[in-house]
Amino acid sequence: MSKLLSWKDLSAPIIAEAGNSVLYKTGGWRALKPVLDQSKCIRCLLCWFYCPEPAIKRREDDSVEIDYDYCKGCGICANECPVKAIAMVEEGVG
Amino acid sequence: MAVALQLKGQRRVGMTGDEAVAYAVKQADVDVVAAYPITPQTIIVERIADYVHDGELKASYVAVESEHSALSACVGASLAGARVFTATSSQGLALMWEIMWIASAMRTTIVMALANRALSAPINIHCSHDDAYAVRDAGWIQFFAENVQEAYDLTLMAFRVSEDKRVLFPSIVNLDGFILSHALEPLYVLEDDVVREFLPPKEPVNPIDPERPMTYGPLALFDYYFEFKKAQAEAFKSVYPVILEVFREYEKYSGRKYEPVKAYGVEDADVAVLILGSSAGTARYVARRLRSKGEKVGVVSLTLYRPFPASDLVAKLKGVKALVVMDRSYSFGSPGAQLFMDVAAAFANESERPLLINAIYGLGGRDLLPEHVEEAFRKAQEAARAGKVEERELWLGVR
Repeated sequence: MSKLLSWKDLSAPIIAEAGNSVLYKTGGWRALKPVLDQSKCIRCLLCWFYCPEPAIKRREDDSVEIDYDYCKGCGICANECPVKAIAMVEEGVG
Repeated sequence: MAVALQLKGQRRVGMTGDEAVAYAVKQADVDVVAAYPITPQTIIVERIADYVHDGELKASYVAVESEHSALSACVGASLAGARVFTATSSQGLALMWEIMWIASAMRTTIVMALANRALSAPINIHCSHDDAYAVRDAGWIQFFAENVQEAYDLTLMAFRVSEDKRVLFPSIVNLDGFILSHALEPLYVLEDDVVREFLPPKEPVNPIDPERPMTYGPLALFDYYFEFKKAQAEAFKSVYPVILEVFREYEKYSGRKYEPVKAYGVEDADVAVLILGSSAGTARYVARRLRSKGEKVGVVSLTLYRPFPASDLVAKLKGVKALVVMDRSYSFGSPGAQLFMDVAAAFANESERPLLINAIYGLGGRDLLPEHVEEAFRKAQEAARAGKVEERELWLGVR
């Protein structure tokens, strides 16, 4: 997050400029972290389809990577992966 | 409204409180009205519906399915830049309660007429101040009218106050249900062009604009909510001087003087009564009678309830030994009813302060009779003589 403002800098709760939600990194909400084993991945892109954030990034070659700045650790990707290439591990461990 | 006399550019007409509010709303040339009918407010929005239907007022009249929707529609319309009005009572305001806080925090400029009515149960349609008190913390400006003239005048002034760029907070104009809402009284009304001069079209701040998308009232958690509330609290403190300014400005157009605290006979009074709304006249009648017999009694009434005119009240009550705070409501389990608590807080750090008695009166439309006010004065005189309060809570006129 950018520097926190004082009440003196605020008026009505209005966001006058659109597009600043990317500044709010929601990855800090995560308790469980998805860890992808690239050697098992078959590039089916189901995780990329299902991720509600979307915090799974699709590369040119259809391989994927997880964006931990925004991944909230919901585990849907791990649940949907047909080859069990994504493991949910405790935050700070894996 | 049939007979109208010309006087100093103003017409003298006969209207009920509800009709007078509706007439002021028409003259204020509002853009949007969203409301749901509820007694004793209904006539206000019925009259406005007539004005819109007959082409006398060019406004969007939004017929909604509940008060919750009514106020929600008003919030959107106000943020879009419209001049907005709604009216309600009692249970209707209770259903609006959730949106009341949002309307203030998002700095809308809605004006609401609140025909004060007791909250159920048992079901009742007559006057208590339960509804006004129940939204006292929501961040709305609140005026109390004492008669039909004041209901008209305060409605016009409320738009001017709310829409002032130093304010940008919504306002409530309280008028006692039935006692004022349905009572036909003579009043003076301004000419339309005079109202237009006093109340020019609203200049919106940050209006909703599809060309420039904005987010209104977004999520602010532990990192920002606190700062937004502090900002709102500080902004609300700037309301009071603007109200004084608008009162003075309106006097130039109408010749009628308004003050946040109206005082009668308190300069030399030993004891006094503090009251809201239409009963102030009864209290002054009794005070006048007692003063003619040499008794030093006074009456203070509030035209402005929120922001609470604490320092003005303390100054006007200087030298008063005992004060009866009259509440047309009750706060269960509280150390005092609602107005009493405000007054006790206003005097909290004053070295010189009156003994305080809390009188509950008039619930559900029960008349406040002169003998009830006299009883209040007698209790205050006893306390002043004894230097202490024997019975802090009185119920005037209850069987």
